[in-house]
Amino acid sequence: MDYFAQQLINGLVLGSIYGLIAIGYTMVYGIVGMINFAHGDIFMIGGFIALISFLVLVSFGLTAVPVVLLIVLLVSMAITALYGWTVERIAYRPLRHSFRLAPMLSAIGMSFVLSNFSQVAQGARVKPVPPIITGGYTLHQGSSGFVVQLSNVQIVVVLTTIVLLAIFTWLVARTRLGRDMRACEQDQTMAALLGVDVDRTISMTFVIGAALAAVAGMMYLLYYGLVDFFMGFVAGIKAFTAAVLGGIGSLPGAMLGGLAIGLIETFWSAYFSVEYKDVAAFSILIVVLIFMPTGLLGRPEVEKV
Amino acid sequence: MKLLKLAGLAVGASLALSSAAFAEDITIAVAGPMTGSESPVGRQLRNGAEMAVADINAAGGVLGKKLALDVEDDACDPKQARSVAEKIGGMGIPFVAGHYCSSSSIPASEAYAENNVLQITPGSTNPTFTERGLWNVARVCGRDDQQGTVAGDYIAKNFKGKNIAILNDKTTYGKGLADETKKALNKAGITEKLYESYTKGDKDFNALVSRLKAENIDLVYVGGYYQEAGLILRQMRDQGLKTILMGGDAMAVQEFASITGPAAAGTLFTFGPDPRKKPTAAAIVDKFKAKNIDPEGYTLYTYAAVQIWTQAAAKAGTTDPKKVMDTIKAGAWDTVIGKLEYDSKGDIKQLDFVVYKWDDKGGYAEVSQKGS
Repeated sequence: MDYFAQQLINGLVLGSIYGLIAIGYTMVYGIVGMINFAHGDIFMIGGFIALISFLVLVSFGLTAVPVVLLIVLLVSMAITALYGWTVERIAYRPLRHSFRLAPMLSAIGMSFVLSNFSQVAQGARVKPVPPIITGGYTLHQGSSGFVVQLSNVQIVVVLTTIVLLAIFTWLVARTRLGRDMRACEQDQTMAALLGVDVDRTISMTFVIGAALAAVAGMMYLLYYGLVDFFMGFVAGIKAFTAAVLGGIGSLPGAMLGGLAIGLIETFWSAYFSVEYKDVAAFSILIVVLIFMPTGLLGRPEVEKV
Repeated sequence: MKLLKLAGLAVGASLALSSAAFAEDITIAVAGPMTGSESPVGRQLRNGAEMAVADINAAGGVLGKKLALDVEDDACDPKQARSVAEKIGGMGIPFVAGHYCSSSSIPASEAYAENNVLQITPGSTNPTFTERGLWNVARVCGRDDQQGTVAGDYIAKNFKGKNIAILNDKTTYGKGLADETKKALNKAGITEKLYESYTKGDKDFNALVSRLKAENIDLVYVGGYYQEAGLILRQMRDQGLKTILMGGDAMAVQEFASITGPAAAGTLFTFGPDPRKKPTAAAIVDKFKAKNIDPEGYTLYTYAAVQIWTQAAAKAGTTDPKKVMDTIKAGAWDTVIGKLEYDSKGDIKQLDFVVYKWDDKGGYAEVSQKGS
């Protein structure tokens, strides 16, 4: 039971990070119908900016951890959002009325541009950072001697994810911007006719997605202590899988998919073999899609006549 | 117009003259992971080769010509290594010091053999590299069967009766080394409690660490590279485990301590006897230090590889790869890491692996077989 609890904690934290990135994929697909393959690299950029902000703040002598974390969070969200906005303007908006695959190809190209830019600008080496949030709690000492450990970093990651998810759900459901997003998702032309600024709404979608990816990047940096220029690739694939698993276009689906992938990977490693955990995660994706083609929480495309 | 023609003639003449000057250089190559997760070691290879070329040129070069160095990047990826090998072969380069990852050196060696390039690896330890009967391969380091034996013996002496786990990263090097260590351990009568693999490039090992916790593992042997080993160690300590981590020669990198912080203390790994401490290396180590480079890990091994080729080419009177290789295998060579002799497969006859331990200040030191 203790072992199960420990692995549950591991899986939830991993899943939260995937979920945060997956939301970016699902939002963009919902509103413009394209898969933003560069999103994984936006996550990587977010991680790097978090690292640079940390180092700058520490060199200024700021050491109070909560203050530093908050500043780094805001700064990396802001700058990464700027990256997301720029990518959208350069690579996607000009191609919006082109053939269906054009933005996707542009996205793949943008992905290479971002990772190579990071490699050239920051160097090809992995950038480690000493543990910033340390300590944790011993939750339960089992009779066999197994200790269930919950570290402070894990708490921070999960709490941040929950808070951001709450803010974001409120944003989509209750604000004007959220209403505009939902309108564009349903019918772009009609929304434009009714006075919604479609260009601006789409830009804001990318901006918010990038901000969430930045948070994921910062959580990743805190949790694992490493960033490198190619971390966006694998994380991007897993998060995209998570978005598809949960139902592409559905927001709670993205989070659910992220948690699902994280839990599957962790529990497969825990009870079967670490070697095949990725095989397990993707196999389960295939099985789910065979029986539920639109994912767990996806809505089937309704043809209106 | 006349001035333009004159200028054009001058440029053309200078270009022709300079290319004639370049024709006087012999180009050799160094290939390794200049980018990617193993790039710190790529840097070691590059530093060693550059210093060697500079020193050899200062001493007059090879066969009356200066050496030029071509640096190539394989990112520790077999496919890229293969295309780098084709490129180097196509450029007519007679010698390459490289690669580092065994999973790169082995496919590259086939391309080098086809393209008439002599390959001396400073750091690929997988036995297969010299076991396939290729004429053009040699190494300056030891082999994983030797390394596994040393590791197995150390564990058997110092961790008797404890729970051992063996992990590997599914690469040629990692799995090869882990299996050799497993063989040595089993021969000494110890059976490992857990044998698992992880994926190179992964960052999250928490599930695996929890499993180690559940099995009460005292020592985990990692056949893999330093980044994953560092992450596993860090996550072990985060989950409250006091398990000792032991690895192979791929952990002789300063970056390991950057990833783990002071938690590195007590980590063990096998490597050759520290070349920086050898008397033959003293002068060259000082030269590196003057440039603010610590010639750790495989820096001096790469230097030695270039030295061996240079001396052999001078002795053979030619850069023809086949003749130089015959000369190398027939002779004994004085290098910065000592005297090296070769057998017919291209392995060095001297066995040298010892056990090191990391401390909490980011340094490491040799420990005796009896453990300390």
